[in-house]
Amino acid sequence: MSEAVQPLGGSAFDGLVHLSEAPLQGMITLRADLSDAAVKKAIKAATGQTMPDIRGASVQEGQGVLWMSPDEAMLLVPYAEVDAALAKLTKSLGKVHALAVNVSDARAMFSLRGPAAREVIAKLAPVDMAPGAFEPGMVRRTRFAQVAGAFWMEDQETIHVVCFRSVARYMFDLLSVASDPASAVDFF
Amino acid sequence: MLILHCPYCGIDAEETELHAGGEAHLTRFGPGSSDDDFEGYLFMRENPRGVHFERWRHANGCGKWFHAARCTNTLEVFGTYSAQTTEPPEEIRKILAKKRPGWTWRDLK
Repeated sequence: MSEAVQPLGGSAFDGLVHLSEAPLQGMITLRADLSDAAVKKAIKAATGQTMPDIRGASVQEGQGVLWMSPDEAMLLVPYAEVDAALAKLTKSLGKVHALAVNVSDARAMFSLRGPAAREVIAKLAPVDMAPGAFEPGMVRRTRFAQVAGAFWMEDQETIHVVCFRSVARYMFDLLSVASDPASAVDFF
Repeated sequence: MLILHCPYCGIDAEETELHAGGEAHLTRFGPGSSDDDFEGYLFMRENPRGVHFERWRHANGCGKWFHAARCTNTLEVFGTYSAQTTEPPEEIRKILAKKRPGWTWRDLK
């Protein structure tokens, strides 16, 4: 088994926010009827978190569920436990019509920490980042400049961004430029 | 900037999150259909001045296809609705009847 590494080897940047590549994160994408009680139960068993409502995120300490679309959820589990979690999920789904795949190594994840985190995201994505409009407990799939990505807030000053691993360098550079200390807008 | 409400994820998505999918409510003619039907399906499109129905995809978002009713003249958006339909739903027709009395589109009115 090859050694798993972060896409950019753990890059970090300090500017308006502290931008860092998140440690390896286990991610399982699940396609199923999310209103099905059996699916909800299987998600709860695999992640320890309950399936959130539309555009919701329930994540605690690297474990949780993100609402991705009406029939898709992203399950977050510790990287080392992803195979076990996937096996458990597949087993508890049983005969339910569903598809679950381990996509941990196909994604890159970044964390922005600091009071300007909202501002950095607002510069790049067409999302209303005003306090009250976007809050912890919500997830948003959108685009960051030219690439697709998703993000959710852990608290008012911490935002996690997920994108495809193939565009990790682009995303990191983009977030770095947007958090350049000379580019502060102080809008929020 | 065009802003459409995605009926699947409830987000008022702006143009750059969306991808245009051409005319709505086409009937697909495949193998075994007549040449005229197939030609119509492939090439014949409405080009109205006024009410128009389009397909859009929330590409940089939930990824779902949906329908939009718009005005080609004023760019007004009358509403968006689910993709799981073969014709505009009643609530969209009500809005159109109010805002564009006497509207026609293909054989719809």
